Amino acid sequence: MNDSDKIRLLRDMIFYRRFEDRCFEAYVERKIGGFLHLYSGQEAVATGVLEMANVGVGEKGDYVITGYRDHVHALKAGAPAREIMAELYGKETGSSRGRGGSMHIFDPTANFMGGYALVGQPFPLAAGLALGCKHKKTNQIAICFLGDGANNQGTFHETLNMASVWNLPVLFVCENNGYAIGTHIDRSTAQTDQYKRVDTAYNIKSSQHDGMDIDIVMEEAKKAVDYVRNEQKPYFIEFMTYRYRGHSMSDAKGYRTKEEEAEWEKRDPIKILSDRLIKSGALKQADIKKMENEIHDEIENDVIKFAEESPEPDVADLNKYVLDDNPDPRWIGPLK
Amino acid sequence: MAETAYWEAIQRAHDEEMTNDPLVIAMGEDIGVAGGTYKATAGLYDKYGAERIIDCPISENSYTGIGIGASMIGMRPIIEIMSINFALLALDTLVNAAAKIRYMSGGRVSCPIVMRTPGGTAHQLAAQHSARLARMFMSTSGLRVVTPRGPLDAYGMLKSAVRSNDPVIIIEHERMYNLKEDIPEEEYFRPLEGAEVVRQGEDITLIGYNFSVHLCLEAAKKLEADGVSAEVVDLRSLKPIDRETIRRSVEKTHRVLVAEEDEAPVGVGSEIITGIMEDCFFALDSQPVRIHAADVPVPYNHKLEQAAIPDVDDVYQGALKALGKI
Repeated sequence: MNDSDKIRLLRDMIFYRRFEDRCFEAYVERKIGGFLHLYSGQEAVATGVLEMANVGVGEKGDYVITGYRDHVHALKAGAPAREIMAELYGKETGSSRGRGGSMHIFDPTANFMGGYALVGQPFPLAAGLALGCKHKKTNQIAICFLGDGANNQGTFHETLNMASVWNLPVLFVCENNGYAIGTHIDRSTAQTDQYKRVDTAYNIKSSQHDGMDIDIVMEEAKKAVDYVRNEQKPYFIEFMTYRYRGHSMSDAKGYRTKEEEAEWEKRDPIKILSDRLIKSGALKQADIKKMENEIHDEIENDVIKFAEESPEPDVADLNKYVLDDNPDPRWIGPLK
Repeated sequence: MAETAYWEAIQRAHDEEMTNDPLVIAMGEDIGVAGGTYKATAGLYDKYGAERIIDCPISENSYTGIGIGASMIGMRPIIEIMSINFALLALDTLVNAAAKIRYMSGGRVSCPIVMRTPGGTAHQLAAQHSARLARMFMSTSGLRVVTPRGPLDAYGMLKSAVRSNDPVIIIEHERMYNLKEDIPEEEYFRPLEGAEVVRQGEDITLIGYNFSVHLCLEAAKKLEADGVSAEVVDLRSLKPIDRETIRRSVEKTHRVLVAEEDEAPVGVGSEIITGIMEDCFFALDSQPVRIHAADVPVPYNHKLEQAAIPDVDDVYQGALKALGKI
């Protein structure tokens, strides 16, 4: 990977950070409703893993699925930023036509198969995507991003067992940020090293890595993606990371200390990569400032503008999308 | 025409749909090597192999979820849940995922799964194998719920369910798998929507679904001996409900009874009778009657079990009440 690729990835991560910060602002302005879960701090994981997968190529690419902290995974998979923001604004032009909101971003044209609010629910859905890929022999794989908290759901155990027995090409990416909503992993989970919960239990290869340094993430993700695709078997990869903001916007973070937060922020994924690029001479501090300004303008002048100016769904369409809106009468009826 | 048992009709529909479309697969516990608890997939493992007739571990929620995930990218899974009681374990993936993905993706992703399950009382299987949860599934937006009363619909509705783009729950019945009926030997489809008048009558409408249609038909014979002409309507689909066919029948007979094996509070009858009140209140000559199971977990003891679930005489007596004869 050359310097221009690294600069592109740095730009991706700065864009994602600014996107999430802008969501925060819009939420405070009450432009965005409901629950809002922001990804800031964890950018290196989604960015690095998906850089190593076959995404951004439309429907022929790998499938990506995740939980409710889903904006950045959708962005890196190739969903347009303006459509995601329009979704958060509840607009008809949004990724889910204003019906899903922050937690339910979908973009099948980018093979981004959704954000889900039931913790652990994407495990079986991801394995099902992988089963479809294997059945159709397309060489696509499914990539499932979930947090450490999801691993205490039954779906984790049930799905990993089946993914292993049936040799499904699915990569489980565990983003271990140390907290299940507001409960520290030490207080909720008997085995805190998540990768140790799958190897002997479900006969799935697994490993644990630093999730703040995107170079490490990419190096390890490449091996994992290649293994899943070439061996047609599941793999479980755990990245140690940290979310800077609360679980959602209503979270005052009373369960953790300022010192802990400051410790993690020293290893900020954007800082690690930008320091490295400055040190190598590929970038100057002024270049980064310029990049930040460009991103700021792009988000205001394109992404936010599109969301602001888009129409809301028509209330007359309330019942649209519940079932197939144009069903074939041969299968559906009415009975003659 | 060929005399066919209910289970054979289901097996034939699987076989034809799997031949027709390579994306159709079946998933469930013991459906492959073991041949299926009620033989609904008998012989198909040898014909289609382990990749398409998938024996699942006892993990209802997640294998249903795997079927849903596969359906999101074009697969057509037929998921068997051995008993509707176990479907409670799969409610998260069925209700929170399959029923909602189409809506919350703004119509961009659909989940064309079929879930088949027996949903009645059999013979002394006790509380945890005798649940009837039709009323629960019919209250879930985003699902279709159908209840084939015999081999004709068991075959024709499963084939339609496989081809529809919606998640379809097919509620079968433990006491119907050996029910026989002449059905066409050539391929046919029966639509998922639409109630059906299965017996014409003038004096009262008896409404049932699934096994209770047979209670209604038997009760209608007894009523005929009394000189009463009973019409029998099979709902066929509990979601959506065909209110028009019900209205037409009630406007003809002016009296109505709904028979269900589900329990009464918030049962199927509650919904049907509310619809009748809204659609044709002034056509009624007497109060509607609902026949339903007792509001208890189904007991093991045979006599208690029989007392808990409705039989032909319960429907007959209920009809006499609606007719003002008792």
